[in-house]
Amino acid sequence: MKRIYMDHSATTPVDSLVVDAMLPYFTDKFGNASSLHSFGQEAAQALEQSRQQVANSIGAKPEEIIFTSGGTESDNLAIKGVAYRNSRKGKHIITSTIEHPAVLSTCAYLEKEGFEVTYVAVDSDGIIDTEELEKSIRDDTILISVMHANNEIGTIQPISDISKFAKERGIYLHTDAVQSLGKIAVNVDELGVDLLSISSHKIHGPKGVGALYVRKGTPLQTLAHGGGHERHMRAGTENISGIVGFAKAVALADERIVDDAKHMRHLRDLLINKVMNSIDNAYLVGHPTKRLPNNVNIRFSFIEGESMLLFLDMKGIAISTGSACSSKSLEPSHVLTAIGLKPEDSHGSLRITLGKDNLQEEIDYVAKALVEIVGHLRAMSPIAGKNPSLR
Amino acid sequence: MYNEKVMDHFSNPRNVGEIEDADGIGEVGNPTCGDMMNIYIKVKDGILTDVKFKTFGCGAAIATSSMITEIAIGKTIEEALEITRNDVAEELGGLPQVKMHCSNLAADGLHAAIEDYRNKQNIKK
Repeated sequence: MKRIYMDHSATTPVDSLVVDAMLPYFTDKFGNASSLHSFGQEAAQALEQSRQQVANSIGAKPEEIIFTSGGTESDNLAIKGVAYRNSRKGKHIITSTIEHPAVLSTCAYLEKEGFEVTYVAVDSDGIIDTEELEKSIRDDTILISVMHANNEIGTIQPISDISKFAKERGIYLHTDAVQSLGKIAVNVDELGVDLLSISSHKIHGPKGVGALYVRKGTPLQTLAHGGGHERHMRAGTENISGIVGFAKAVALADERIVDDAKHMRHLRDLLINKVMNSIDNAYLVGHPTKRLPNNVNIRFSFIEGESMLLFLDMKGIAISTGSACSSKSLEPSHVLTAIGLKPEDSHGSLRITLGKDNLQEEIDYVAKALVEIVGHLRAMSPIAGKNPSLR
Repeated sequence: MYNEKVMDHFSNPRNVGEIEDADGIGEVGNPTCGDMMNIYIKVKDGILTDVKFKTFGCGAAIATSSMITEIAIGKTIEEALEITRNDVAEELGGLPQVKMHCSNLAADGLHAAIEDYRNKQNIKK
């Protein structure tokens, strides 16, 4: 059976050029970058070239890049690192209600450690209320952490607006740019951020590697103690093959971003239009234009997301859902709840995240499959029958 | 995540639909929780001659609805009242732990339909 992958916000396949770039670093060039001999120096050179590559891509200096194991570790290091190091200045942190769990759980942990966290609300499109954010700033606020683009609904946040009052008040600003990297422009000066998290496997690089950008002069507490790796900020022998792959993926994304974003945006709008025109009681979730070029999130009334996901999977189509029934906690997605969706509406949501290699014919196939599956499940639904406007 | 039998009942559910002149209807769950089930029964001489369902819910909710109709058809009312959530889950060859409440809903739905039938019988008397 033909398989169609449309879950690129979960992860992406590694580009074959990335694999080629990585392979020598498993075998011939296997050295430890801390070693002084030629094997080590070969690895150290690859490490620093990779750092340069990643730094260039986001408008940073190489010494401002700390390689990590991925987005989650970067978020942990940014938030805990700033919090612990600046706790004498204050213990108040501001974030949003729709952050990734890597940020929300870290903040919840810090609350247990005696920090105070304000969770600023978002509007029905998922855009943060910047006025409320500004009002929530206190004298003891040390950090603001707001994601660049949301992983579920693709909404892009006004980070540069937030940076204006963060700078005025001398508060460090962190953004999780894991979903936006490679899709829209990510530049640390344009965004005005002090810390920025990125991940390799969302941009056709390998899993298990990412980076945290830390603006020069931002005091950060190290979390992993050991050797003096990563300028004493993150101990542990560097994952050279992974880092080389990450850097290659960044380089490829930089080359292709304009064309890829245009292609994905075209497919995104095509899919949204097809679904909206052929299925009643289907609603776009998230902002219509301030959204990632590859994100489609639609909810269908009267039916449940896991059922849709399973039927789509039987047709070879891989997507995801915000339904509570598909989560381990049986709670609806916190993002959908935060934008004001009722639980029964969250249940019927599907997230379809496109990749650069998806084709227009795949969009046609998915749209057709959705018409069939939504119709089938609604015929089985006790609430759909009560709605006369149902097609 | 689900075994073959569950997937079979989910993708080819048995006895889907409403019974126009049902003798009893059980409505359980609510859309807020993410699953809602209507069970319709026909009763003749104390035996469930037909059982149908309509369900809003996940794969497990649909599969357990389908399964319980299969188990219940041909049973006496007394036998049907003894069907438990574990019977439904066992007949399906097991469900993920987090989905066990779905089989509870199916058993509850059937029992609610029987209760509705009995209430209607009492009114007739």
